[in-house]
Amino acid sequence: MTDDKQAEPVPPNEGALPRPVVKRRRFNASLIWLIPALAAVIGLSLVISNWLQAGPQIVISLQSAEGLDAGKTPVKYKNVVIGRVNKIHLSGDRNHVLVNVALEKSAEGFATKDTRFWVVRPRIGLGGVSGIDTLLSGAFIGADVGDSKEFQDEFKGLENPPSVTNGAPGRSYILHSDDLGSLDIGSPVYYRRIQVGRVASYRLDKDGKGVSLQIFVDAPNDRFVTRSSRFWNASGVDVSLGANGLTLNTQSLATVLAGGVAFRDPPGPHDATPAPEDNAFTLFGDQATAMAPPDGAPTYIRMRFEQSVRGLAVDAPVEFLGINIGKVVSLRLDYDEQKQRFPVLVGALIYPQRLGTAYDKLEALAKAQGESPDLSQMVGRLVDHGLRAQARTGNLLTGQLYVALDFVPKTPKVAFDASAKPLTIPTVPGSFDKLQEQMAEIVDKVNKIPFDSIGHNLDQTLAGLNTTIKKVNGETLPAVNDTLHGVQQTMGTANNALANDSPLQQNLGATLEQVQRMARSLRVLTDYLGGHPEALIRGRHADAKAAPINTTTPAPKPVQGSKP
Amino acid sequence: MNALARAAELDLIACTVCGLVCRNVPGDPHLDGDGIDDAMACPRCGSTLRRRKPNSVARTWALLIAAFLMYIPANVLPIMRTASLHDVDDNTIISGVVELWRAGSPYLAVIVFTASIVVPVLKFLALGTLLLSSQRGSAWARPQRAKLYRLVELIGYWSMLDVFVVALLTALVRFSVLSLVEPLPGVIFFGLTVVLTMFASMSFDPRLIWDGMDSDD
Repeated sequence: MTDDKQAEPVPPNEGALPRPVVKRRRFNASLIWLIPALAAVIGLSLVISNWLQAGPQIVISLQSAEGLDAGKTPVKYKNVVIGRVNKIHLSGDRNHVLVNVALEKSAEGFATKDTRFWVVRPRIGLGGVSGIDTLLSGAFIGADVGDSKEFQDEFKGLENPPSVTNGAPGRSYILHSDDLGSLDIGSPVYYRRIQVGRVASYRLDKDGKGVSLQIFVDAPNDRFVTRSSRFWNASGVDVSLGANGLTLNTQSLATVLAGGVAFRDPPGPHDATPAPEDNAFTLFGDQATAMAPPDGAPTYIRMRFEQSVRGLAVDAPVEFLGINIGKVVSLRLDYDEQKQRFPVLVGALIYPQRLGTAYDKLEALAKAQGESPDLSQMVGRLVDHGLRAQARTGNLLTGQLYVALDFVPKTPKVAFDASAKPLTIPTVPGSFDKLQEQMAEIVDKVNKIPFDSIGHNLDQTLAGLNTTIKKVNGETLPAVNDTLHGVQQTMGTANNALANDSPLQQNLGATLEQVQRMARSLRVLTDYLGGHPEALIRGRHADAKAAPINTTTPAPKPVQGSKP
Repeated sequence: MNALARAAELDLIACTVCGLVCRNVPGDPHLDGDGIDDAMACPRCGSTLRRRKPNSVARTWALLIAAFLMYIPANVLPIMRTASLHDVDDNTIISGVVELWRAGSPYLAVIVFTASIVVPVLKFLALGTLLLSSQRGSAWARPQRAKLYRLVELIGYWSMLDVFVVALLTALVRFSVLSLVEPLPGVIFFGLTVVLTMFASMSFDPRLIWDGMDSDD
């Protein structure tokens, strides 16, 4: 679209220079300004979209920014990124770290009052490993939103992940304990050895005299936590030596290492209504203690022992008729100026409630009699009946003592001051001391025996005996010897006389033969006389056939076949 | 009439394509060379005859401003995402430079810094200076300003280095899970910045430097 004109010949006087031709330009210069306008529009649109997408800016204060990275670390809720850390700086007092987080537009609801933020880092504990994915992806900030709608943009970050996320079904309860033991946040809570919850947090009590733990029990198992549930620390290994031998009782090995809490309803009738939210319980040291009847308020008593209490230690049991009703809490020496002795003051805590119905009855009785149902009054009456404290040997091997409150018969009366604070219970010497006393008595008696004179007399007697024995040896025994010789001779003579071939024997044999013969002839005579009594007068009949009488033994026949 | 006369003072105009010198035609509004409503063409080669690039200052300003507007998001937005096994890293130009420096390649950091920060900023400053001084027709340091313009022309292309780095890395580093490099919107804006500054320096007429009042030389 140029309309060129023929270049006119240049006039010579104006120099031989060609003239330019006319050219139409069709481009409007001002259009160039579209480009910056377009650039500005693009830039503006970026700014606007960014501004529209941007959510609230919040500041989280943390103890340390370990693992956090400005511009990179995400903030996640249920593993969905809801924002990003864009700046990390120290607080003015340099005590903690302030982390600026740009939340996304959709996460505006997280900038509310009860939202909690914490840093998720890999944590390795005895109870397990958590946040292992952050080893690769780097730490991130976890969030948990509450119900509040109140806007807030400054938060105090938690140092540990909350073990209970908001809105989780279940209930939390408070446990009071003397110390934390081996428990930690996240320690399991067991019911019949099934994990039903965990320790959510713990803190020291305001007075510093104990620890309060918050535990969370997941639904539906929270209905097993009743008003009368007993909680105990299941970290320990319970070794008991009973009548059945040695039993070892633990919840689980992990519990032994990492700690845990167990709960159970007490045996017997109890209130089984589910406990309300944030109900407070006592955390006992072990199951046996937990299952024991409630102790009630302890009473401090004091006992004054006149003898050594070696083997009595703090925590030694105090037993009443064999029932453990308390424990020794202190042992101190005292000095008695009058007796110049050192009695031992033993302090103990007793739990009257452990007497159970007996205590109730005593109380009722006291009330019925119009007395104050005060423990000291009751003890006073019991002391009148012979209640005494006694340090007894609990274990013969170790020599450990325990304090027994018992009714000692035939004990002398003592004055009992019921109004004394603390309550002082009279004592009697312990069983072992009694034994010692009896031993001492025996030794005394033995001491009284006149061993000296006994020995002296015995000496004299023995000397007399000696002389006697000498006499016997020197004089009597030779005579006896002679006598015995005589006796021996006599016996020899007798032996000779009695021997088979002795003349005495032979004579005796012959004599006896003669006697035999005589007896035979006598018999014949008597027989004949019996038959013929007239023979005494007339003599023998001649024809009388007298019976042949073998007076002589027939001669022995020669033995046939015998060879000469 | 100075000792060093300008073509305009002699009513002459040179063709920038074939070098033919023509004379103005006084009286013809299109051919009188007074800069108003001129429309001249070279009688020999037919290309447009202009005493100066038309609207050079305005165009240059426009393009320069556009380039500057593009330069803001180019620096603010991340230009490259490097993802590795344990880490996803979005880097803007500056943070990339810092990272390179920290990672122990200071030379590379210096090169990138020069190409993507120093050069564009230098261009903005240089072109702005040239524009302002020639608008005011000042005679200050004219030879140096001419050299400055030539320098701007020379270094124009090297600003594309960043864009090439991102493009190359994106193409080369693709190990899906282990590591990955992705270009991000910032690099587009950066490329636009470079292109626009090149156009700006092209649309500036260096002869403007020599226009205006001559000092007492």
